[in-house]
Amino acid sequence: MTSSVIVARQFDDSDQQRQAADLGIWVFLASEILFFGVLFLAYTVTRLHHPEAFATASRQTDVALGSINTGVLLTSSLTMALAVRATKLGVRRAAIVFLCATAMLGLVFVAIKGTEYRHDYVAGLVPGLRFSFAGPHAGGVELFFGLYFLMTGVHVLHMLVGLGVVGTLAMRAARKAFTPEYFTPVELGGLYWHLVDIVWIFLYPLLYLVSRT
Amino acid sequence: MHPRGRFDERVLDRRVHAMSTASVPLRSNYLEAGFSLWSWLSSVDHKRIAVLYAISITLFFFAGGAAATLIRLELVTPAGDLVSAETYNKLFTMHGVIMVWFFLIPSIPSTFGNFLLPLMIGARDLAFPRLNLASWYLYVLGGLFTVGALVAGGVDTGWTFYTPFSTMFSNTHVIAAVTGVFVVGFSSILTGVNFIVTIHRMRAPGMTWFRLPLFVWAMYATSIIFVLATPVLAMTLFLIAIERFFGVGVFDPALGGDPLLFQHLFWFYSHPAVYVMILPAMGVASEIITCFSRKSIFAYRSMAFAVLAIAIIGFVVWGHHMFVSGQSIYAGMVFSILTFLVAIPSAIKVFNWTATLYKGSIRFDAPMLYALGFVGLFTVGGMTGLFLASLALDVHLHDTYFVIAHFHYIMVGGAVMAFLGAVHFWWPKITGRLYSDWWARAAAIVVFVGFNLTFFPQFLLGYLGMPRRYHAYPPEFAVLNVLSSAGAAVLAIGYLLPLVYLAWSLRYGARAGPNPWDAKGLEWLTASPPPVENFTTIPVVTEPPYAYGEAERVHD
Repeated sequence: MTSSVIVARQFDDSDQQRQAADLGIWVFLASEILFFGVLFLAYTVTRLHHPEAFATASRQTDVALGSINTGVLLTSSLTMALAVRATKLGVRRAAIVFLCATAMLGLVFVAIKGTEYRHDYVAGLVPGLRFSFAGPHAGGVELFFGLYFLMTGVHVLHMLVGLGVVGTLAMRAARKAFTPEYFTPVELGGLYWHLVDIVWIFLYPLLYLVSRT
Repeated sequence: MHPRGRFDERVLDRRVHAMSTASVPLRSNYLEAGFSLWSWLSSVDHKRIAVLYAISITLFFFAGGAAATLIRLELVTPAGDLVSAETYNKLFTMHGVIMVWFFLIPSIPSTFGNFLLPLMIGARDLAFPRLNLASWYLYVLGGLFTVGALVAGGVDTGWTFYTPFSTMFSNTHVIAAVTGVFVVGFSSILTGVNFIVTIHRMRAPGMTWFRLPLFVWAMYATSIIFVLATPVLAMTLFLIAIERFFGVGVFDPALGGDPLLFQHLFWFYSHPAVYVMILPAMGVASEIITCFSRKSIFAYRSMAFAVLAIAIIGFVVWGHHMFVSGQSIYAGMVFSILTFLVAIPSAIKVFNWTATLYKGSIRFDAPMLYALGFVGLFTVGGMTGLFLASLALDVHLHDTYFVIAHFHYIMVGGAVMAFLGAVHFWWPKITGRLYSDWWARAAAIVVFVGFNLTFFPQFLLGYLGMPRRYHAYPPEFAVLNVLSSAGAAVLAIGYLLPLVYLAWSLRYGARAGPNPWDAKGLEWLTASPPPVENFTTIPVVTEPPYAYGEAERVHD
């Protein structure tokens, strides 16, 4: 135990504190999975009711931008993992660089997603605001896009929270808050970032690739 | 008793006294840690947050009770004369929403769980004290949304928010109400995360898993449900709000959606939520029955595993709410069998409580009266649950007063009785004061009589075919309805009595020592009320839980 770790009054030592935080984030992530699980179930059931409409609708999504975004997000997970590693090894400069890179890639993802949303709006594919798709299965297509905006929207909300977390971590790292003995916040932030990434790994094929064979 | 035994006890007493007197002058108890309102609203002490929760859920309990009072008044006469059908719908919705989400679900976990969990496992606080305070603020915020919805004109969907009624037809404040429930759900999730981590990581030296009090096991099982079921409800209610707002008809058949999907998702949360209400009650009953039988719990391990089994099986029985919804008959059969399976661990618990009483030195103090009442009423509620789990019989009983009576036996006869038992058992620990035992016993008996008079007639009404959620009914149901309403009046008196004598005890009650019931468990080792840091020194656990018989035998 070193003096650099501040132990909260309810804990015996820094080990207990770190283990509590680790378990806490895993339990929270389990909760998050169930949260997204509802959307995946809703998608599955609705697709079973409207298979042709979902095939038609998923062809309206922008697969190029979606694929680029997938690459961007996966890369951000790599830089996040490297940031955690650098923090644990005490290489502060590298940790800051990797955290900033993660935040930048996250911003690029959100920006590309915003561009896609704008295209969808122009094309009249936003249920409730501007929906003008007139082909066959229009009802089912509208449901698909409702779910598309719900699922990617909730995901983007998580991205924005993650950007706040990673930005804060970068600032704290710059202020020398982390040491090889005290890296819990970076590790926790990393786990959250990876979960948000993993959710996208499921969203991408379901929304973009499903009927493009 | 042998003289040496008495000597030992005196030494032990002196040690406990030394502990409590040493702790008082050095550091004040948690109630005296600050007297301003802000010192309460900003406290991260689990004991103070428990008191904040206790006050808030009591307010909601009487708000939900007021709605129930109006419902029972309306049903005194067959004609719908006191309130309109529409108002009646809003009343039972208000009653259900408030009682389920703002009283029953947080009741025992957020008050007694919060207060006792660190004390019972020998910790200074929960693992995440600030998260704990945040959960109370979320609870209050959710409460404000819901109260806002009710003040603005109410909601008429029933507490279940069934689609497509809640999305297409209802012209009431559905979005505000579901927002309130959505927000309060996050309060549950945070509590669940906090409890799970605390139980895993914060136990005192020697406090192994199988030395944990059964109340802690119950909190563990409850927290699993909080963490894994609540997010499903949250997202489902979010979908309702989206559907009403943007017309994304995931649940709307007119737009190609599937209303049954809503029922599946809703009950995937709401059936486990029933176990959120009853598992903590079981934990409370285990603590009280052992203490007032002066015996260790019968078959401790089977009690711990039964709690986990109920929590786990409870996740896969939701379809029994949908036997007449048109789901496949095979799904119905599977859900029926799984529901019967939940009865096994539940029955294990009932038999073990009974076996604990056997040859015990039973004392009928007020907490014990509530605990015994709990066991009896829970048994009736559980057994009638098996009636409803039977596919064919459910077709007859579905949506009748039989269902109402069944779940009130579980939630009111079970959960509320146990809640009151917990209030009376741990009141001396929480406040440091003793209440009037005579009045407390009287109130327990009034509650028991009033409860049965209110809800037993509803079994008969349901069996005879009276449907739920109607404000008027045929005259032949009048006698049983009048009986039920009369019982509700008795029950209301039983619920109001504790407010009086418990408030009285705060000022005039005798000081309780650290352990007025001579109970086992770490929470009784520390002063009443406990010091801010819970224990002057963290205890080391060397004996199994509920070592009532053993310790007394050692002294003989």
